[in-house]
Amino acid sequence: MATIDSKIPAGPIAEKWTNYKAHQKLVNPKNKRKLDVIVVGTGLAGASAAASLGEMGFKVKNFCIQDSPRRAHSIAAQGGINAAKNYQNDGDSVYRLFYDTVKGGDYRAREANVYRLAEVSASIIDQCVAQGVPFAREYGGMLANRSFGGAQVSRTFYAKGQTGQQLLLGAYSALMCQVNAGTVELYTRYEMLDVVIIDGRARGIIARNLVTGAIERFAAHAVVIGTGGYGNAYFLSTNAMGCNCSAAMACYRKGAYFANPSYVQIHPTCIPVHGDKQSKLTLMSESLRNDGRIWVPKKLEDAKKLQAGEIQGKDIPEEDRDYYLERRYPAFGNLVPRDVASRAAKERCDKGFGVNNTGLAVFLDFSQAIKDFGRKEIEARYGNLFDMYEEITDESPYETPMMIYPAVHYTMGGIWVDYELQTSVKGLFAIGECNFSDHGANRLGASALMQGLADGYFVLPYTIQNYLSDQITVPRFSTDLPEFKAAEEAVKARIQKLFNIKGKRSVDSIHKELGRIMWDYVGMGRTAEGLKIGLAKMKELRKEFYSNLFVPGTAEGVNVELEKAIRLEDFILMGELVANDALTRNESCGGHFREEYQTEEGEAKRDDENYFYVGCWEYQGSDDAAPVLSKEPLVYEAIKVQTRNYKN
Amino acid sequence: MSVSGVALILFLTFHACMNVVALFSAEGYNMICEMLGANWYAVAATAALAALVAVHFIYAIILTLQNRKARGASRYAVTDKPATVEWAAQNMFVLGVIVILGMVLHLYNFWYNMMFAEIANGSMAYVNDLSAHDGYGMIVYTFACPVYSVLYLVWLAALWFHLTHGFWSAFQTLGWSGKIWFNRVKTIGYVYATVLILMFAVVVVKFALCGGACCTGICG
Amino acid sequence: MAKNISFTIKYWKQNGPKDAGHFEQREMKNIPDDTSFLEMLDILNEELINDGKEPFVFDHDCREGICGMCSLYINGTPHGKTATGATTCQLYMRKFNDGDVITVEPWRSAAFPVIKDCMVDRSAFDKIQAAGGYVTVRTGQPQDANAILIPKQDADEAMDCATCIGCGACVAACKNGSAMLYVSSKVSQFALLPQGRPEAAKRAKAMVAKMDELGFGNCTNTRACEAVCPKNESIANIARLNREFLKAKLAD
Repeated sequence: MATIDSKIPAGPIAEKWTNYKAHQKLVNPKNKRKLDVIVVGTGLAGASAAASLGEMGFKVKNFCIQDSPRRAHSIAAQGGINAAKNYQNDGDSVYRLFYDTVKGGDYRAREANVYRLAEVSASIIDQCVAQGVPFAREYGGMLANRSFGGAQVSRTFYAKGQTGQQLLLGAYSALMCQVNAGTVELYTRYEMLDVVIIDGRARGIIARNLVTGAIERFAAHAVVIGTGGYGNAYFLSTNAMGCNCSAAMACYRKGAYFANPSYVQIHPTCIPVHGDKQSKLTLMSESLRNDGRIWVPKKLEDAKKLQAGEIQGKDIPEEDRDYYLERRYPAFGNLVPRDVASRAAKERCDKGFGVNNTGLAVFLDFSQAIKDFGRKEIEARYGNLFDMYEEITDESPYETPMMIYPAVHYTMGGIWVDYELQTSVKGLFAIGECNFSDHGANRLGASALMQGLADGYFVLPYTIQNYLSDQITVPRFSTDLPEFKAAEEAVKARIQKLFNIKGKRSVDSIHKELGRIMWDYVGMGRTAEGLKIGLAKMKELRKEFYSNLFVPGTAEGVNVELEKAIRLEDFILMGELVANDALTRNESCGGHFREEYQTEEGEAKRDDENYFYVGCWEYQGSDDAAPVLSKEPLVYEAIKVQTRNYKN
Repeated sequence: MSVSGVALILFLTFHACMNVVALFSAEGYNMICEMLGANWYAVAATAALAALVAVHFIYAIILTLQNRKARGASRYAVTDKPATVEWAAQNMFVLGVIVILGMVLHLYNFWYNMMFAEIANGSMAYVNDLSAHDGYGMIVYTFACPVYSVLYLVWLAALWFHLTHGFWSAFQTLGWSGKIWFNRVKTIGYVYATVLILMFAVVVVKFALCGGACCTGICG
Repeated sequence: MAKNISFTIKYWKQNGPKDAGHFEQREMKNIPDDTSFLEMLDILNEELINDGKEPFVFDHDCREGICGMCSLYINGTPHGKTATGATTCQLYMRKFNDGDVITVEPWRSAAFPVIKDCMVDRSAFDKIQAAGGYVTVRTGQPQDANAILIPKQDADEAMDCATCIGCGACVAACKNGSAMLYVSSKVSQFALLPQGRPEAAKRAKAMVAKMDELGFGNCTNTRACEAVCPKNESIANIARLNREFLKAKLAD
């Protein structure tokens, strides 16, 4: 088992990034123009990186699968973005944001990365405001803040319930500015299907033009992927329908380590599943937990009546309600981190206290807040979310408590990267949700936006130069090189293979089956036995995929089913990775909960002695071959590792 | 469109005020007609007016052609007009064509027999035994024919629709609107258009019903 | 409790921008009315695939009303009729009745050529954005965020303008194929904020010029755009754009 070097700079934690920047190698302006960078993905990380690199003078090619860069799924983030500004004078600081994030991540994040994240967080807000992002303001004209789970300060900046949208539009506008300037070339409706490696370095990609169906080659001096997470391996998640892990899997197959795949965040406040035709789950922002109170009935017979539809939530008197988060975690109450809140909801529902017809829902109640602040104020704070809820469920949260249940939302695991965001393949970088670096085993609310923009605006544009500085003498690559040809042919063969199956089942029907396996055996509560069953079922499913899949149409032109089939092939591989990692990690931490490892009170029980590492998985030449685990030991210099406590 | 439109609204306002005089005094009305005869300033104003109409109309044709091109070759099989979209707003060009046709008729009935006749034949021009300066007589003569009266009323109705949209639309295009001002401007536009058209229509109706006779009754 | 409904769906099939295109139809049986419209189309596609046919192609992604990808013209209204103004993905089958005929068409506008079926090319919007829809600012160390004070009212109004999702429903609904609501929302957001003022004149002129160049029609103030906008953008934005544009032109 190899030990992996994360290249963390020496020195005290607060000086590492400053020192790194002071001593890293740079590329002079004239040479930048000679260097090409491919950025795949146009979410917060991808768009901000492409814009910043373009502005610095690199020649950037930016790819996305949607019809416009602005549609990347970062757009759907609702609640806000954290930054250690301490505008509220409530004692916030870079250290405290760093500490909260490490603790929120259940002490499985890399300290130095998180500190850097906290350090640049304030610049992100400055940058976005300068771009014209309309953050919420107070009457005096200063920026407003709200609080989020896992923090005792108000450090979250927001733009109504559409913060992700506004930040992405900010990054998108910066990107379009560069497109106009000619430094960034945009390739929309293109999907990356492979990364091309020449002499051990990433030198380009193979992408499918989703309109013409053509398989095209693109060369560059470095490749950056910012293609998001793998939540859709569960079929039902809060991810967009197009979110996929194919670019990440392409890198993984070409030798990039995949780190901590078992850390999957199940978000506590989503609209419950209603039927088997459902295609996705809708998130209700975590910010709702600021004013909403989560409860289930105290008495089992009340829960039974709720499940039978005989009574409604508002019929249950105050004394018969169990505000279980406030009961179990008095200090943080309804604002405990997501993993804790999700598990607590599952625990209540498993015991039979669920409040809807499936028994898989808890109440999120605003009656107290409406009483305290008035309907108008609540409308101002959450109006658009309430409207969205009503549109979906046909029930008004002003009248009756919302029903929520946990759903797959974010994946902390991802492509392994070192301190410079470089993967284990030279010249290949991963940013945003796509990499694993900053959230440990659990991500705090409003930290995903922070990380995406930190990587794209403030980290990668520096660190990539350390790599590119010795590439200035390398001339532009021709896409006629044999490596490109081989990669293109492999992609074409893969597509042909899918058409040749000529089975009977649609992609979605197999994907739904994968989703059920993932949710049942690799979901919120995992056991060694269940994970083994899950792995066996996935193996079966792969056989079914290769023998019974039906992809209509041809490889030419638009073929949505083909796109989905390729992605599903990768989701199966991904699902196995999650299960394998979960099976080897014999502890519970953050988004990974093994039922064998819990305290008597049902809290996650970590094993720092044996599992204080980043699990890095290496591909073994074939999807069928079991991946091999390597470890990057975690080194904590600034924070004392302890049991997470949100009780007092 | 907006600038020429506003100018035309101003002209209509003047014209309506002038017409109303005919309700009260034949002499007064004819005095105005004389003033607006083949004098250099009246002819110049008429030419400017014609230019305005031409600009308004030609620009409308260009915009409509551009817009049809922008709409593309294919049409929706089903359309469901939103409640806030006014009929007039979607049919401004058609309404405009009706207004132009009405105007041609109107020019034939009056301007051709008055200013044009005067320019052609000097101040002693006579048509249908009426002097070119006897505008009042021509009103009586024209609206004695019920077909003309009905045509004029249809024309005025089209003009009303055209104005209800055109008024606020001009302000919107010139940037003088907003969330609050929109409703104000729109209301003012409706009131303005209605009053204006009523001023025109009442003349038509009155002369259609009782010719010059009852006027003298009122005015003594 | 959900009930099931049965209806006929007429959907547009078109193979590329040059194809004439035609409707196909299918009887949909026992669809639970708590499925979303797009989930209903998923069921349609599942049925088509099971029959060995090619599925009906349409754009969609986030399915929570924010990405702006979905673009279906349903029964004569862009995104279909929803209570609070929402995108196709937030339309639920409970808005339809047993026995309905539901007609689904693409955005029809010269500036949005059809790629396939109901999938259209809206890259013209990106080009307009690239022409000036930004504040030119370097990544790096701008001034502290609170150094620019912005009255809450202005920030809120700018936010309302900025919520535009760029779906193109405004163009689809407009009989002139005009993109004024889209353009004006972006121009308004920046016009209302002090950060956007230095480039305000340049931005208004550049974006309007690009819009005209790309073949969008002219605004005749029919208000169809704001009636169908899923994010309730107001034509007050268009008035503001006109103001900014005239001001810029007069200052030339």
